[in-house]
Amino acid sequence: MKNRSIILVSCGHFEKNVIDKISSDLLFFFGFPLDVRECSLDLSSFYNPTRRQYDANLILKAIAELTSHDAIKTIGLMRVDIFIPILTYIFGQSMLNGSAGIVSLYRLRNELYGLEQDNNLLIERFRKVIVHEMGHAFGLIHCHKPRCIMRSSTYVEDIDQKDLEFCYKCKTELDERINGYRI
Amino acid sequence: MSEKKISILVVDDEESVRDSLYNWFIDDGYDVECAENAKEALIMLESRDFDIILADIKMPGMDGMEMHQRIKTLNKEPIFIIMTAFASVDTAVQALKNGAYDYVTKPFDPDDLSHLVRNAASHVALREENKSLKDRITTLEDVDDLVGESEGMKQVLREVESVAQSNSSVIITGESGTGKELIARAIHSNSPRKYFPLISVHCGALTESLLESELFGHEKGAFTGATFNRKGRFEMADGGTIFLDEIGTISPKMQIELLRVLETRTFVRVGGNKEITSDFRVICATNRDLKSMVKNGTFREDLYYRLNVVNITIPPLRERVEDIPLLVNHFVRKYCKSMSRDLITVEPAALKHLQEFEYPGNVRELENMIERAIVVGNGKEIRLKDLPMGKEVMSSAVESLDDLEKKHISSILAKYNWNISRASKALNVDRATLYNKIKKYDIKKGDD
Repeated sequence: MKNRSIILVSCGHFEKNVIDKISSDLLFFFGFPLDVRECSLDLSSFYNPTRRQYDANLILKAIAELTSHDAIKTIGLMRVDIFIPILTYIFGQSMLNGSAGIVSLYRLRNELYGLEQDNNLLIERFRKVIVHEMGHAFGLIHCHKPRCIMRSSTYVEDIDQKDLEFCYKCKTELDERINGYRI
Repeated sequence: MSEKKISILVVDDEESVRDSLYNWFIDDGYDVECAENAKEALIMLESRDFDIILADIKMPGMDGMEMHQRIKTLNKEPIFIIMTAFASVDTAVQALKNGAYDYVTKPFDPDDLSHLVRNAASHVALREENKSLKDRITTLEDVDDLVGESEGMKQVLREVESVAQSNSSVIITGESGTGKELIARAIHSNSPRKYFPLISVHCGALTESLLESELFGHEKGAFTGATFNRKGRFEMADGGTIFLDEIGTISPKMQIELLRVLETRTFVRVGGNKEITSDFRVICATNRDLKSMVKNGTFREDLYYRLNVVNITIPPLRERVEDIPLLVNHFVRKYCKSMSRDLITVEPAALKHLQEFEYPGNVRELENMIERAIVVGNGKEIRLKDLPMGKEVMSSAVESLDDLEKKHISSILAKYNWNISRASKALNVDRATLYNKIKKYDIKKGDD
């Protein structure tokens, strides 16, 4: 099982330094080797013209199907506005204790809320949402500690208030779950 | 979120909606299940309860509103939230009128959904807390000292249960010490008036003028010493129950006053002129035979019939001896707890004598005996000699010469703190003889 890795699927263009930071975060928190791949999916097939957004449930299914036998988890990164039918928008979505997750930086941009563009803040938010969704993929549920990365965030301001860290309880649970994959 | 995992049932015919909500709530740590129509949801509800139900208003077959009505007939009270893709004020108003907790239009903002469910979860937690507090109050109000498995006591408890829900006046009769006030408290605490006060008045302990002031209250300056306005017991009992103990002792004048108050539920404070209305229930108690008092003209007939709508008679303790062991256990627990002592046992001989005693003072006398025995006893068990009747029993039980000898040797040993030399000298026997006697009578240190 030693060779299994987390696959990072990039759906859209992301700067190398952004991918490097994300890879480094994932390696740091989850401890598995990273395999970065370009996305082979045509996102237009997930576009909902009525909502002018992309269906996250369908994308997530498609990303999960891309998961190969050597992948522990697969995470899809995108720039498009994603939704699930019941909600107006989401930042990311993953299968609890499942094989895949997706995260979009579309709603993380300051300019969407009439604020000044801030790329550093955008990347920081993106990294936090990715680690959060991967936490779900490893079976963690939302945490109520204000600064824990697993705290639920429905606004970007919520994301800004969290640290890029798991609280002690979530970290302990995550480590147990990760160890389960190493056996 | 409360410690208990909140359970949510999502009912929607669209799979994508079910899946989305399922994933969202699972991430939040809720216990989630989904049903694709109302029928399936109702079947699920037959086997388990949910704290929150989120249901689409428009579904094939039975719609969300009808489903909500059906759930109500199942005697279940989940928080019901209606979802719809087509908002209309009419349906929203109708849903809320039917008792829905909230009404939301799909799609919602993630923050709205979080708030909605968090608020609903708090509501569930508050409801649970409210229920548990009410249960606790009811438990506390279950009058602890009402102990008994005898047919006589069971009959009394059945009567208490049936009369509690009504508003009728009750007369409780029974010998002194049978627990008339406890029965009054049991009726009150099981009645719809239980959240209002139970006011007790011991009519026999007060003179006529004091009783009048006590019952009706007084205005400042009404009599010497009335330095301020004071509410009377009838006024204090507003919404609740007034318990008039020893009703047979009240004077003819007070009987007339009482009759008038019972008929009109209005009265005037002593020295006042303002009519006061109070909504109270009356429970009276007496150890006298009111019927005979009516016959010989010492108790008003009209008042008797006004009070005697329901009569509960408590049997004396000697007529329910099978309750004595239960009562003994109950009082032992009660007093060991109040004196912060370990629970003690009751010597079989002591229990036997407790069961054979006549108890002119009824349960009160038994309770006092147990309390005293715990205070004076050895802290391990209640012995026959710790009971008032024990001393008489023991002295009359010592009949044979051997018994007398054993008793005398025991008391001498105790007197000399089991110093065998001094005890044998006092008994004028040698040490070996004393040892033989101790062995013969199986005398042990602490037996005295």
